[in-house]
Amino acid sequence: MTNKTNADKKSVVANALGQGLEWVDARFPLSSNIKAHLTEYYAPKNFNFWYFFGSLSLLVLVLQILTGIFLTMHYKPDAMLAFASVEYIMRDVPWGWLIRYMHSTGASMFFVVVYLHMFRGIIYGSYRNPRELIWLFGVGIFLCLMGEAFFGYLLPWGQMSYWGAQVIVNLFSAIPFVGPDVSEWLRGDYLVSDATLNRFFAFHVIALPFVLVGLVAAHIIALHEVGSNNPDGIEIKKLKDKKTGIPLDGIPFHPYYTVKDIVGVVVFLMVFSTIIFFAPEMGGYFLEANNFVPANPLVTPAHIAPVWYFTPYYSILRAVPPFPGVGFLGIPPSLFPGVAAMGLSVLIFALLPWLDKSPVKSIRYRGRLYKQWLAAFVVSFIVLGYLGTEPSNVWGQFGPWLGNAERATVAARIFMLVYFAFFILMPWYSKKDKTLAVPERVTG
Amino acid sequence: MKNTIKLGLSVLSVLSALMFAQHALANAAVHLDKAPIDASNHESLQRGARTFVNNCLNCHSANYMRYNRLLAIGLTEKQIKDNLLFAGEKVGDTMKVAINPEEAKKWFGVAPPDLSVEVRARGADWVYSYMRAFYRDETSTTGWGNCVFDPVSCKVSMPHVLYQLQGEQIMNHETHQLELSKPGKLAPAEYDALVGDLTNFLAFMAEPAKQQRNHLGWIVLLFLAVLLVLAYKLKKAYWKDIH
Repeated sequence: MTNKTNADKKSVVANALGQGLEWVDARFPLSSNIKAHLTEYYAPKNFNFWYFFGSLSLLVLVLQILTGIFLTMHYKPDAMLAFASVEYIMRDVPWGWLIRYMHSTGASMFFVVVYLHMFRGIIYGSYRNPRELIWLFGVGIFLCLMGEAFFGYLLPWGQMSYWGAQVIVNLFSAIPFVGPDVSEWLRGDYLVSDATLNRFFAFHVIALPFVLVGLVAAHIIALHEVGSNNPDGIEIKKLKDKKTGIPLDGIPFHPYYTVKDIVGVVVFLMVFSTIIFFAPEMGGYFLEANNFVPANPLVTPAHIAPVWYFTPYYSILRAVPPFPGVGFLGIPPSLFPGVAAMGLSVLIFALLPWLDKSPVKSIRYRGRLYKQWLAAFVVSFIVLGYLGTEPSNVWGQFGPWLGNAERATVAARIFMLVYFAFFILMPWYSKKDKTLAVPERVTG
Repeated sequence: MKNTIKLGLSVLSVLSALMFAQHALANAAVHLDKAPIDASNHESLQRGARTFVNNCLNCHSANYMRYNRLLAIGLTEKQIKDNLLFAGEKVGDTMKVAINPEEAKKWFGVAPPDLSVEVRARGADWVYSYMRAFYRDETSTTGWGNCVFDPVSCKVSMPHVLYQLQGEQIMNHETHQLELSKPGKLAPAEYDALVGDLTNFLAFMAEPAKQQRNHLGWIVLLFLAVLLVLAYKLKKAYWKDIH
């Protein structure tokens, strides 16, 4: 008897919900969107470890926006008050320290997961036809993220915030003709000042987040249009079940990958929490010691280094020798070559879909040649990243036989050449590489 | 699959090794002594607070530190009021000083910095070593030198405020070691302990939430570990038909 009434109650609720959903569906494509993007979006069943970092990037984006909202409630974008307001958040705002550490750690972890996500795209050829636009939106997201990180780093108004911004904005003045005007426009002043802080705050909390979220939406819409790549680099849409039209190697994103991604999320949160609760400065790599000194325009720190995620590009900037100038033509010396190389080192990722001429997509079926180039690139990226955190004399100097050149600078030049060669020579070595036969169906 | 995980792990381990590598700071040239930091030692923190309020808090402010934060190191509100508030401050006030920064700049050449987050900027070992490295230097404007502060010139703007306690040290220019030339009220070991307590307090003040942070960390990790088991079992259950 009771069972029956319970069942009746259940069906009443289900009916009401069903009617509500019908009402919404007649006015908004709710059910069809859930189907298209979750329950009937068929993803390859062989996603591995590397496929966690896409959903993790999205998670960090959401965390950054949420913690950012709460920080904005207490932070003062004013050169006289900014530093103190951050300490106020750390001490007097209930749980302010946690929110601030989540945001500062989130900034670095964003780059960790995005770099791993990009690396996944590279090793499995996820940028190749028909996914070029997904890749381009991704490069846009990466650029936007770099902007977010750069503008956000000024806000605590410590010495590293101030002098980092000073150095980077000055770089723009090296651009021929328009440079000085561009850097003045960015600063809103002749040096980094209150005006700069205010506009960087506006860029950081409004302008770039809008662009970022828009690009992420485009990235995912493009992905769901063509379907996900996989570790074998095979198009699962080529082989479909004749009756249902569902790819033979495809499984619905929900529930399979939602439950799988939860595992990835929990592991990520364990790493994330370990940093937040036990090492929020990460030995000076996530929060630099010098940034606990309030910004002082009159005292230049002995060693100005960007945060770790910018250091590979910063190394490239330092490694390129300046243009010496042509005296009799009246062309002044310029730092532009370094600035151009740094810009190129980031933008060159966008060309990957057209540089790769290999008949296969995934590293699993590539030959030795490609793997060697990829390994050389990864080593270069890491060494350049390390060198960028240190002063350029960190490894001392060569003897007079090499003009007393700094060892680290010479090393950075060599690794920079390898970095660029990975891209520029790719059309040649990816074609010449001896590839393996690609199977019909995905493997484990 | 296995190979890619291995590759991923090795890349991660290289990255983390880089992250934890000792960060070369500008003052790497000076040897720094290890500061005896123990955030759970309330007596040490209380002694440090007293030394700080009596000696440092005349010129150096701690503008982000509220007096009633000292409740966290075991003091009562009454103890704070009776022992640490001298000029009509309220317990909820921050540790301000009356010194005028402009005048201080005239006297010392530089305004004494706020010390709220000094340990986070310089490190506890630096503070501990610095406060024990003053020596008599008649050539300097204050009469004191300190090679921890500036390893090149050994000049320092701050005079040795605690010299009556430590006594006077001189630099032996042959061995480059400091020697006690005039004993102070405290024996050398007692003075080191005093500076150790002071540094411990400055470290506490630099991040008062640190203990709560570490404590909460274990609870969060424990929760996540349980969640991981459940999430993994859920994934296994859903994926049992996928081959």
